[in-house]
Amino acid sequence: MKQTYNCELIQKDELCPGIWDFVVKAPEIAKQAQTGQFLHIACGGNTLLRRPISICDVGGKFVRFAFQIKGEGTRLLAAREVGDIIDIMGPLGHGFTANPGEKAVVIGGGIGVFPLLRLARETDSVVFLGFRNKDMVVMEDDYNEANGHVVICTDDGSYGYNGFAVAAMGEYLLENKADVIYCCGPKPMLKTVKQIAEYRKIPCQLSLEERMGCGIGACLTCVCETTDEGMAKMKQVCTCGPVFNSKEVVL
Amino acid sequence: MAKLEVEYCGVKFRNPIVTASGTFGFGYEYNEYAPLCEYGGFAAKGLTRRPRGGNAAPRIIETASGILNSVGLQNPGVEAFRDFIMPDLAEKFDTNVIANMSGNTIEEYAEMAEILSETDAAIIEMNISCPNVKHGGMAFGTNAEVVEELTREVRSRCKKPLVVKLSPNVTSVTEIAKAAEAGGADGLSLINTLMGMRIDINTRRPMLANNTGGLSGPAVKPVAIRMVHEVYSAVKIPIIGMGGVMSGADVIEFMIAGARLVALGTGLFAKPDMIFDVKRDITAYMERFNIEDINDIVGTLAMNP
Repeated sequence: MKQTYNCELIQKDELCPGIWDFVVKAPEIAKQAQTGQFLHIACGGNTLLRRPISICDVGGKFVRFAFQIKGEGTRLLAAREVGDIIDIMGPLGHGFTANPGEKAVVIGGGIGVFPLLRLARETDSVVFLGFRNKDMVVMEDDYNEANGHVVICTDDGSYGYNGFAVAAMGEYLLENKADVIYCCGPKPMLKTVKQIAEYRKIPCQLSLEERMGCGIGACLTCVCETTDEGMAKMKQVCTCGPVFNSKEVVL
Repeated sequence: MAKLEVEYCGVKFRNPIVTASGTFGFGYEYNEYAPLCEYGGFAAKGLTRRPRGGNAAPRIIETASGILNSVGLQNPGVEAFRDFIMPDLAEKFDTNVIANMSGNTIEEYAEMAEILSETDAAIIEMNISCPNVKHGGMAFGTNAEVVEELTREVRSRCKKPLVVKLSPNVTSVTEIAKAAEAGGADGLSLINTLMGMRIDINTRRPMLANNTGGLSGPAVKPVAIRMVHEVYSAVKIPIIGMGGVMSGADVIEFMIAGARLVALGTGLFAKPDMIFDVKRDITAYMERFNIEDINDIVGTLAMNP
């Protein structure tokens, strides 16, 4: 039987203004969590719906997740103090599928970099991380520890590669081959990565985001459009995703 | 020992707690958080004559103490329910299934009732109140003459208890309730969602892709309670009450207002295993007031002079 868990907040850090990094004690979730899965978190106050937030990392009894304050729910969550109990459902959804021996490209943008950390660590990969500017760069140390080939990109050129992460990835793929691309980021990034991957015939897995209700596939609110027809055209991001084969989704 | 069994339209329910159609899929997902046999029964996702893909996303947005949704009846169609889903549910789970259907024409509703009559569903719930589809749905549920005609035709071709699900988006819910009763409905369920809208002030666009949606959650509960009370006072057929139930106390409140069964809905999104707490609270309430049979509280509201 699945259940919701009361998890103690062990550590919290503000990575940059409005972006928070939480570690909770959640042994059952840590045991099951796969890369790319998410947590459905009750934020408290007057919020009714839980908020879906990707798992960043797990270790022992602990689960790490990071999020940006976007509205009332995430504002309340960010205000929780170390020692507080947080009501969490999870791990939920269908995550990334990594195969041993493959040469991968990992590409993330903004808060989309968080769910990719374990892939950067566990695959033979080159990692491209895009941020708006130098002040918004997060997780650089974590990624450098996880992977020897990390390229940090900023849209305004204030740090690292001058331009979008997709541009850096595109240049890399002119000279290098990849067996698979893993991507999480804003919709324009997902769209472009999907185009590049399909043009170069590289299998690609995209992590999508959508406003969500139940988180377990019942309410049919968090759907994305797919290439299927009929009832299956709109698929639940919470259970069929959040990670999809790029060829399956219409962005 | 508190007696929780309830009889509704001749069907025995082991307790008065069911679920609202559209919030519960076909039961499989929530069965992983609390066995379906914990509920008196559940209402399956709304079915249409043919499969439907539903509306574009975003389909959900939170509001003060509630949510707006506009799924647009995404479903596999009534035939897939008859051929695959209901046989599987009947084999796997020991609970009453309320099959919910929505049509575009009177003939379509009647055909669907015939198809669902061939299944093991305990009850057929006729949705004449969906606010999120362009044709049919709420258009049927807001005109008393149409409701009576529709109900009469469907009743004549339906071999199961027929419950009509009412819209709160009407001037007089009792007028519609009486029309359904006159047409031969065996029961009524209310309320469906209240039509609403939320605007993103930065883009000056509605936050739902479908522009408008149905409001549910605790925000609508007082409206639902009032309507259940009014309908209970106006008709003789039994009521399934719903709208913003978050606790056992809310279930009791609906029953006092006149509901024989009470549905959980939006609250499940926050607490997928809320059924356990709800049942515990109901039993505690019955002990506190020395109530041996839950049926004894139905419609016991005493109005202030």
